[in-house]
Formats: sequence, structure tokens, C-alpha cells
Amino acid sequence: MDLHYTAGETAFRDTVRAFLDSHLPADLQRKVRQHLRLTKDDYVRWHKIVAQQGWAAPAWPVEYGGTGWTAVQRHIWEDECARAATPPILPFGVNMVAPVIMAFANAEQKAYYLPRILNCDDWWCQGYSEPGAGSDLASLKTTAERDGDHYIVNGQKTWTTLGQHADMIFCLVRTDSTVRKQEGISFLLIDMKTPGITVRPIIMLDEEHEVNEVFFDNVRVPVSNLVGQENKGWTYAKYLLGHERTGIAAVGRSQRELTFLKQLAMRQNKRGAPLLHDPAFAAKVAHLEIELMALEMTVLRVISEEGKGPGPQASMLKVRGSELQQQLTELMVEAIGPQALPFDPDFLDGSAPHSSAGDDLAAPLAAYYFNYRKTSIYGGSNEIQKNIITQMILGL
Amino acid sequence: MDFNFNQEQQQFADALRRWVDKDYRFETRQAIIHSATGTSDAAWATLAELGMTALPLPAGAGGFDGTAVDMLLVMQELGRGLVVEPYLATVLGARFLTLAGGHDGVLEQVAGGSLKLACALGEQQSRHDLHDIATTATASGDGFVLDGVKTVVLHGAQAGALIVSARSGGRQDGTDGISLFLVPADAPGVTVRDYRTIDGQRAATVTLVQVVLGHEALIGQAGQGWPVLDAALDYGATLLCAEAVGAMDAIFAATLEYLKTRQQFGAPIGKFQALQHRMADMFIHLEQARSMAMLAAAKADSNDVAERRRTVSAAKARVGLAATFVGQQAVQLHGGMGVTDELPAAHHFKRLSMIALTLGDVEHHIERFIAQPGFLPTETA
Repeated sequence: MDLHYTAGETAFRDTVRAFLDSHLPADLQRKVRQHLRLTKDDYVRWHKIVAQQGWAAPAWPVEYGGTGWTAVQRHIWEDECARAATPPILPFGVNMVAPVIMAFANAEQKAYYLPRILNCDDWWCQGYSEPGAGSDLASLKTTAERDGDHYIVNGQKTWTTLGQHADMIFCLVRTDSTVRKQEGISFLLIDMKTPGITVRPIIMLDEEHEVNEVFFDNVRVPVSNLVGQENKGWTYAKYLLGHERTGIAAVGRSQRELTFLKQLAMRQNKRGAPLLHDPAFAAKVAHLEIELMALEMTVLRVISEEGKGPGPQASMLKVRGSELQQQLTELMVEAIGPQALPFDPDFLDGSAPHSSAGDDLAAPLAAYYFNYRKTSIYGGSNEIQKNIITQMILGL
Repeated sequence: MDFNFNQEQQQFADALRRWVDKDYRFETRQAIIHSATGTSDAAWATLAELGMTALPLPAGAGGFDGTAVDMLLVMQELGRGLVVEPYLATVLGARFLTLAGGHDGVLEQVAGGSLKLACALGEQQSRHDLHDIATTATASGDGFVLDGVKTVVLHGAQAGALIVSARSGGRQDGTDGISLFLVPADAPGVTVRDYRTIDGQRAATVTLVQVVLGHEALIGQAGQGWPVLDAALDYGATLLCAEAVGAMDAIFAATLEYLKTRQQFGAPIGKFQALQHRMADMFIHLEQARSMAMLAAAKADSNDVAERRRTVSAAKARVGLAATFVGQQAVQLHGGMGVTDELPAAHHFKRLSMIALTLGDVEHHIERFIAQPGFLPTETA
């Protein structure tokens, strides 16, 4: 057992740091650090900077434009990005639809879509969940009926993250309703400009437009947009979900947020002394810091088993990762106390340079707290993750 | 980065596990607990034969120079097997001598298995602050005279010699003026009152009345005992973390097995989601604790004192939380069987609960973690 990074890995970290130092735009870094909202342009700008460097899809095979990095190197990259406060590379193209395309699509589809995903030429969104199919995803009802060389798609998807910006959506659709519910599902790539598609915003509890409902009304999709075989979509979907949970522990980001929380608590006073000097508050922060240390070690243990793929241990990382992210936001709100009450959307979205209530660092935190209740729900709720642990690891 | 154990480490652990499975079964252990001494000479001889007493000792004293990582595996097996022999007390005692230097003859005897040690550190008022020492060491002639009462000295009555902390100067709760001594158990003025602990081990109250010691009894420098005491306690806490992980592995496996076999309402109780999710929570606690026990083992030998303190305290706190949670849930999931004396898991629960209170509880280590450099931010937002 040797818990040190190798000299090569340390040198790699230095290379990554140097790149981030010189290429991460200060305005983007500030927005991420201070919990302000990102625009479409913010995401695309950063993705293209990283793509220029050749690092936009570290996990892809080299032949498609990946990096050939080891699992540890990928972890270091994600960790450094998190600490530097980069915008995220959105997962919908790079980490979700691309692995499915690589594994199951035909040569033509690969040649067309993969370079565009790598360079963020298309903005992708996910068409999985439906109002009646959340955790029980296989019960989805959106239909695709064959009509010559087209499918006619009808139905509704929901929780479509950032779908308002999307050029493409990857969708699970029902192509056979006479068989077991898992067996009649297909995987379609749909151009969002196709007539019959309506996107309706769902405004979240922090008043952010982050997710959408997507309605399909007789939408004609070329059969050439089917990935793999008709009615085999469930297999592809499960393959995708395995990829989705990779990195979901977000330890690096939580460590950055822990530093932010401590700095925040040093600026707040309780009876004349910095809040972080208060034993009760400090103990809460210390508990959180220790949980993060443990989670980081657990993540490293899991990724050190390289080659075995994201196994059911990912569920454990998702549960703890999301819980700690939520606890961080909770302690931030606790730290600022009554300053959590002011709500300033104009400041959050960048149209006002400063918070009208006075403290720019405090202003976004309550919205952040409310927004982050999502982390224990999305990507398979934490209860579903515990089901996976009990079934896949414990055999109950 | 490598989380695997090498072949030699694995061999030590495997040998230990085979012995526990064959010769230190639960019934054997229960008989040992209720024997007059509460320990087994035969078991100790086997531990020595297997190289366990030599493993963590310096090569110069006939040991194998084993690291804390080597000991991680050993302690996990002892925890799994609920071994009640005075192993922790002995290797922790040896750690004091190794850290301070000298006493090579004593270490040789320990390595060979012919001498057991115990650490007389705690006192009635000290709680977890083992620098709070009322026992006095008064300079006299060439040596010292010790007076005081040491409480809950683990395996104090089974040891041939005791590591005793005493105050030769400074305030009672200060870290200056602490001296450490090696005291033969049969030294005139030493009284050892032996008793059983709730988790089946042995402990003692050690009373020191006008115990006259020569200068050679001193461990390290007079009045300079704190850094040695602090480092040895971190080593001990690290070993306890490892033992707890082994005990949690055992109690978890037993509970999982029970959930798969116990039938109620026409199904194994493991089919009920309320119980499944509790098992998932226990699993997560256990894996988080395992990670921290590994991290502590990697840092327990470190020369970076602040890093060592910070990591070991983080680990002891995290493992303490897990030990309590996993232990309590395991008993609950076993239902009525969980609160009986005949169930091994119940004894793992008792051991886990006492480990959580030994060498610093969760709150103590959280406070210590907060006090280390690195907790307060260096830059301002």
C-alpha cells in the first residue's frame, strides 16, 4: 500500500495546473467560485478552450479524440478543474450519449456526431425521464411508430436539463408495446429543430430555468437516427447510466466549497469573534471535512481498480458525494444567518454587478442551498442507489 | 497510488486468520474471558510464534521493523476474531520505547514474546486528555520516586512491565514536565487491581506509592515526554482504527448472513427495504471508516507531526462514528438475538463501543482536528 501519487502523476498535475492558470478566463472562474449562474455562452466558451487543448473528453479512446489518460490522471484533471473553479464540461454529449454512440452506433453516425460532441458544435440534452417514468425509467410511454424511413414520435419528456439551449436530444422511445416493458425501447437521436417539438421551462425553487419539459407531437425522425438495433435501447440506456455516475462524488468541488465555507465563516462574526472560532460551528465543519477526506480516499480506492469499470461502488460515491454537497450548502446558509433572506436574481444571472443587499458572497447562497436539494434526487435518487448497493453488492 | 497489500503483509494476515478460525473460535474466547487471568498463555505463545510480537519492533531488537500499514492488517484480523490477548497494550508499550530509544533489552524480550507490557497513562480526572497527569515523579538521588493512581490500565495485571506517565514539572494539565518511566510490575510500592472490562478484556487500577526507580527507568528525557506520548497515542489510535474495521467487517458479515436466513412474514427479512437501506448505510459507514483507517496507517509513522495528528484524529473520529452506528444497527437488525450474550455479533458491538471510547472519543478527536494547523483557512475570501 502506497498512498502517494507517483512522480509522473505529480508532474501531470503540474501540467494541468499550468494549463488552467493560463487558460481559465477570470470572469468564468469568478462566476463559478461565487455561485453565480452560467450562461450557454459560458459553458460553450470553456468547452471549446478545453477542446482546443485536446482534453475535452479525457475518458474517450484516443482514436476518437480522447486523451489516453489513466483513471488516476482523469481524476487529477477533474480535481484540478474543480479546485480552479472551471465551469463544468456538460456531461450530456461527452459522457452520456458519446459512449453509447461509440459502443453501439454505426460508422456513419460515429463519424458525424463524435467530432461535433468533442468540439461542442451541438448542445445535447437528455430525453430519458417522463412524468410517469422517473426511478422506474423502463415504464416510459413516449412512442415512436415506424412510417417508411421515419419514426413518428409522440409523448413527453421531463427534467430535461438545459434543454432550452439544445440542438440535439437523445431519447428513449417505445417502439414495441406488446413485449415486456424493458424489451420494446429504442434509442433515438432527435434534432431539436424538428417540427412538432415544444420546450416548456420548468422553473426550479430558486427560480432558475435549469430544466424543461419537452413535448413531441407527431415529430418525424429519420430511421437513420436510430442508434443500434430497434427495441434494444434499454441495454444502451443501462450502459449509459453506468457512465453517468462516474465522478458524481465531486470531491474536488466539495473541497473547494469547504474552503469557501471556512473563509465565509471567518468573515462572519458571532459575539465578536469569527464564527469559525465558535466550537459548535467549527465541529460541524470539522465533521464535514473528515467525511470529505474519507470520501476522497474511497474514490481513490475505487478508481485504483482501473479496468473494472464503474461498478456498484459508484452508488456509494453518489450517495455520500451528494449528501456532502448538500451539507456544505446547508452550512453556508447557516453561516450567513439572516443574510440568507435577500434574493437577488439580477445579481445571480449577472445583469447586476453587485447584490442589492450588500454582500456579494452571501447573496447567492440560499439559492444555491435550495438548488442543491436536487443532488440526492437526480442521477437515480439516493434511495435507488441504496437499492443498487443492497442488490449488487450485498446480494439481498 | 496503490491500495494493495504486498505478499508478505498478506501472509502475516492469512496466518493470523487461520489461527483465529481454528484455535480462537468464539467458544474458546469465551472460556478465556472467564478464566482467572482472562488471557491465554497458549494463545500468546502462538502469537509470538507467528511473529506478531516481533512484527512492529525494531530490527535491532529482533523485530521486523513492521510499519503501521503492516499492523493495519494484523489488527483487522484481531478485531475480526475478537482476540482478547494483551497484544495492543504490549505493542503500544513497545512503541514508547522505540520512539524514545534505549531499553533494547526490554524490546528484545517483547519481540521474543517473553515480556508483555501495559501503558498506565489515564487517571480519574484526565478523561481523554492524557497530558492531564497528577501522578508525580520526584527526583531523588540518581532516580525518581513515583506516586499516583492510574485508572483503566488495559491489561495492566497481565504485563511484566508498565509504561507510566508522571509529572516531574509543569502544570497538572500542561504538556511540559511530563516524564515517562518503565516500571517493573513487581516493583515495591506498585499495586495492581485487576478487573474485567465490559468487552471481555482486562484492565487494572495501578496504584503507585513511593515507587523508587533508578535513572535507567526513564524513557527518553526527563520532563520531555510529551512528544513521545503524543506520537505513541496516535500510533495506538491508528491500531484501534484498524481493529475496529476488522470488528465491523465481522459484525457486518454476520448481520448480512442473518438477514438472508431469518424468515418472517414468509420471506427472509433481508427482502424488506427498511432493513436493506439500513444495511446500505452500514456498508457506507464501514467503507468510509476503512478508507480512514488506511489513511491513518499511512500517516501514523510520519515525521510531519501536524499532518500525523490531523489525519489520525480524523480517522479516530470517523471510525468512532462508524463503530457506533454499525454496532448499534447490527444489534437492532438481529432483533432479540442481538441483545443476548450468546451472539458473537453482540460481543463485536461491545468491543466496537469501547474502542470508540479508548484513546480519545469522537468529540475529543474533532476538537484536536480543529486545533491543528490547516483547519483555519490561510487566505480570505
